Amino acid sequence: MAQAQTFDAALAVSVADLSKTFTMHLQGGIVLPVVEGASFDVAAGECVVLGGPSGAGKSSIMKMLYGNYAVAGGRILVRHRGEMVDLASADPRAVIAMRRETIGYVSQFLRTVPRVSALDLVAEPLTARGVALETARVRAGEMLARLNVPERLWALPPATFSGGEQQRVNIARGFITDHPVLLLDEPTASLDATNRRVVIEMIAEKKAAAVAQIGIFHDEEVREAVADRIIDVREFAPKQAA
Amino acid sequence: MSSLFEDAAPLLSVDGLTKFYGSRIGCRDVSFDVYPGEVVAIVGESGSGKTTLLNCISTRLEPSSGSVRYRMRDGATRDLYEMSEAERRLLMRTDWGFVHQNPADGLRMTVSAGANVGERLMAVGERHYGRIRETATGWLERVEIAEDRIDDQPRAFSGGMRQRLQIARNLVTGPRLVFMDEPTGGLDVSVQARLLDLLRGLVADLGLAAIVVTHDLAVARLLSHRMIVMKGGDVVEAGLTDRVLDDPQAPYTQLLVSSILQV
Repeated sequence: MAQAQTFDAALAVSVADLSKTFTMHLQGGIVLPVVEGASFDVAAGECVVLGGPSGAGKSSIMKMLYGNYAVAGGRILVRHRGEMVDLASADPRAVIAMRRETIGYVSQFLRTVPRVSALDLVAEPLTARGVALETARVRAGEMLARLNVPERLWALPPATFSGGEQQRVNIARGFITDHPVLLLDEPTASLDATNRRVVIEMIAEKKAAAVAQIGIFHDEEVREAVADRIIDVREFAPKQAA
Repeated sequence: MSSLFEDAAPLLSVDGLTKFYGSRIGCRDVSFDVYPGEVVAIVGESGSGKTTLLNCISTRLEPSSGSVRYRMRDGATRDLYEMSEAERRLLMRTDWGFVHQNPADGLRMTVSAGANVGERLMAVGERHYGRIRETATGWLERVEIAEDRIDDQPRAFSGGMRQRLQIARNLVTGPRLVFMDEPTGGLDVSVQARLLDLLRGLVADLGLAAIVVTHDLAVARLLSHRMIVMKGGDVVEAGLTDRVLDDPQAPYTQLLVSSILQV
């Protein structure tokens, strides 16, 4: 595990030569290359946006950065407890520890859990990190209020909420922690203008708190407002020769 | 690595575990570790060897070869199959739980609900009737069985209630490791959801390690951190639960995941 390399202290994520292929065993073993040679660095306090048309591999990169997709090649170094750890080759327990402490993820869709209230769903990432339930609920309430989720909904499981309400619950859950790396997978996709602005503010606050953020935003307004840098993932398109 | 990640020592280590039934394979060369507080799901269809594996690990079925080691409360790691029968029984009564698919296999159907829970406490040396009753009531409440049912026999309970009672009976002694064999099998979907939610909360609150055998990928997704996929006695894939389900690598896992009906 000893890395001879030294890294800039501000470096939070360093992706090198990352590739992804899908092997479709049920379709005669077709191999589908989706990303090849992706390399980029993200510093603490920086918000990097992955750009490019739909199908270019933005989501696949995001899912690899969270350990949700297996990596075909390359590495994903993430600063975890002060050291650069390769998520691409980390074992499941290490990935879980990195998700608990280091890497947060805000997806587009909420995975609801039967019978768990919106408030507790939002508080959960804090309690998982050892925060007392009551404290976590107070913080969760603040996040939900800020995202204009009506208080009468907090005690209900979000399964019956509208798409926009579920998304805001999800955003509250993703932003409540102080993870030093935050992955934003289209968090503003179906929000109205007011809530979009709240999310833009929240991203700015994370930057000020030195959080490294990597995002996908189809919304032009949000992208303009938050991006320090846009990486066109078409650069990482697999060579069609294969 | 030890400073970066906690709990360097596993609670349970399975190494090269193999079980033959005559010349037929039950499970072959299975190795994995379980760490404190970790939930591992073993999935596969009927005949995949998942129940054989669970029984071999939990000392209910002697393996043909391989070892299972367990870190005892005193910190010493012991090979389960080198322990005496009496030592193994004590371990099963105190530090382990076993939740059967059919609650009747794990409960005494003709004694009261309270006694079912209290019995396990008495097995670990509790003798004070008042305290036993109080603890039993507390646990029944925790698994959402109304206090006025404490003197009823599980025969009079619904399937979901029986399963919740079995869980209370297993958890009352504060085990560190719980084995579950299809814990939601045979229950109505709405009852399953309630039970899963209850299990999920208990496992998290108590910091239990658990090995859950299931053919239901939704159960694995909701309860487990890691998954082991079995087919024909072999492990075909293992990894982080959401990784295995969202980006399955083995042909068989791809088939399993693609066979889920969407509702």
